Amino acid sequence: MQIAILKATAFFYLIGNIFYLHFIIKLNERSARLGRMFILIGAILHAAGLTARYLSVGYMPVTSLFESLSFFSFVTVCVFLAFELKHNVRVLGVFVAPVALVLAVCSAVLSGHIRPLAPALNSGWLPVHALLLFLGYAVFTVAFGAGIMYLMMERELKAKRIGPIFRRLPSLDVLDDINSQCLKIGFPLLTLGIITGSIWAKYAWGSYWSWDPKEVWSLITWFLYAALLHGRITVGWRGRKAAILAIAGFCSILFTFLGVNLLMSGLHSYTNL
Amino acid sequence: MNRIAIIGMNHRTAPVEVRERVAFPANAIGNALADLAALPGVSECVILSTCNRVEVCIYSEKEREGVESVRRFFSSFHGISSEKILPHLYVFQGGEAVRHLFQVSGSLDSMILGEPQILGQVKEAYSRAAEHKTVGPVLDKLFTKAFFAAKRIRTETRVANNAVSVSYAAVELAKKILGSLLDKTVMLIGAGEMSKLAARHLLSTGVFGLLVTNRTFERAQRLAADFEGTPVRFEELRSRLEQADIVLSSTGSSGFILARADIEEVIRRRKNRPMFFIDMAVPRDIDPDANQIENVYVYDIDDLNNVIEANIGEREREREKAEDIVNVELETFQRWLDSQQVTPTIISLRRKFDEIREAEIGKALSTLGPVDARTRKVMESLASAILNKVLHSPVSTLKRDGGAHSPAERIAVVRELFELADCEESIEETSGEDREKGKDVGR
Repeated sequence: MQIAILKATAFFYLIGNIFYLHFIIKLNERSARLGRMFILIGAILHAAGLTARYLSVGYMPVTSLFESLSFFSFVTVCVFLAFELKHNVRVLGVFVAPVALVLAVCSAVLSGHIRPLAPALNSGWLPVHALLLFLGYAVFTVAFGAGIMYLMMERELKAKRIGPIFRRLPSLDVLDDINSQCLKIGFPLLTLGIITGSIWAKYAWGSYWSWDPKEVWSLITWFLYAALLHGRITVGWRGRKAAILAIAGFCSILFTFLGVNLLMSGLHSYTNL
Repeated sequence: MNRIAIIGMNHRTAPVEVRERVAFPANAIGNALADLAALPGVSECVILSTCNRVEVCIYSEKEREGVESVRRFFSSFHGISSEKILPHLYVFQGGEAVRHLFQVSGSLDSMILGEPQILGQVKEAYSRAAEHKTVGPVLDKLFTKAFFAAKRIRTETRVANNAVSVSYAAVELAKKILGSLLDKTVMLIGAGEMSKLAARHLLSTGVFGLLVTNRTFERAQRLAADFEGTPVRFEELRSRLEQADIVLSSTGSSGFILARADIEEVIRRRKNRPMFFIDMAVPRDIDPDANQIENVYVYDIDDLNNVIEANIGEREREREKAEDIVNVELETFQRWLDSQQVTPTIISLRRKFDEIREAEIGKALSTLGPVDARTRKVMESLASAILNKVLHSPVSTLKRDGGAHSPAERIAVVRELFELADCEESIEETSGEDREKGKDVGR
């Protein structure tokens, strides 16, 4: 049942993405509205699916890879819908919704049975730690989308060849503003996520920090965003530099989140896929 | 349908020397409309006179006579020999005339595709004619439809999107680089006409402030007063440049007045807040290499012209969509017009009364209960007789030629009085003429 809901969710995200694609190619406003509607329906279904999963396992469903992917996808959709509404940039969906789609599809493919929770994970820190980090990841996913858009738009403006991209994307100023806001929201979330994780580690494993690969990579991610934040505030880094760092940061997040689990072993490995 | 005609000339068929002599100045339109309406065969008329076109749109009871009198009218009213005018005149009739009017209103026939003024001019032409009471039911409907088609073209296609003049292109680019212009400052260097025009456009979009500088400070002061800006001494250019988000330059200087290094320094002082330089001068004022600095965008006049050319191409790509709208609206107008003929009007009038008759007889019969065949027959013939008597005079008035009111007006009155629906199924087959007109326009 939960798997069926997840598959339906992925399906709605797919339809939403197709409409977004039609919108960006044909500049059809109706498709943009339909795209957002389908993504929204998908998100509601997704919320229902996650709730069902929570009720059946009795803890926040972020302990296996498929659960995490699903949760990441859901939070990303929520965050980008919020950004779209606030900034009224519908094109954002075109660049961020595919990420949510890929995550949801991977999750649906990997979806598995409920396994018993590892004792270390059975803690009140789990929801706090996971929620903070996933929210941070989702916000940085939006920054990543805005970063890609910024680079495309800047390239066209610098080359002075005004084409389809120029007519479709929002202004550089808006894109840079999204980058800056995401940083201001995402960085505290990321920081708190790492701190809560560290406290939890003290309780569960006996030490605050044990240089496990996941910890190392999240620290690298943290430094990337810290550098960007620092550059923005002190020397006025913006535009191209900020966009590139946001993209690099997102890659680092993906590696922390997926690469570490799939390629390395350590304390954070999921008990099953 | 063939009773609607448009006779006139535009920028493609006539040179300006001819157009200016045939144009109707605003104060002469009233007389011209009165003269036109008095011509044999002309029942309704509208005059559209702009700098690119002079057109007369008529509805005539006698098609050929109407067109001929208008063709002669051009030379008689302006006192020019007809040989000078006739070669430049075009005549559109029927569906073609309607299509032409829709295209003109939708700015598909303009020199610059999608330019916004023409619709206002057509509206003005129509209200002038309405003031002088030379529009009747047909042209009234035709122009209403034309405005509707134009509005659809404007909102549903992008023929009017994307700037096609240098100053609008500059504003559009500035918005894409800097976002909202409301808190941005413009610096105007030099006093070239183009950059003044661009500054005016930027001001009308509501930029926050304007700095004006010139080699002679008095000139800067005068210009600043014109634009309600702040004059800046030319020597202070580099130090004040920091405040500007948009720089418009058009001086007569033979070398660059701002080198790449100057701009690099300014952008550092601005903590990388982006700057947009528009260099309208030839030879150029701003080192084009500065475009390579991050957050700096330098466009010269050729760059802007390239942008415009791309935009015109983009508008052309939308033309087909607009023509589709014209076709759809043409068809609905045709259906309306067909329903306004005498025969269909009489048919729908009869149908309406027959429906009433049947309904009332049914009601009477059900009140009476069972009746014999004879009673029933008497009732039915009574009802028919009354209807025929009542309908006799409206029908014969509709069919009669001449009289104080035109057939179109009489039909309109009858349709309104009896509330006959507008677009009923057409009697004549809608003509499937598909003309590929004006494909070469707008460049």
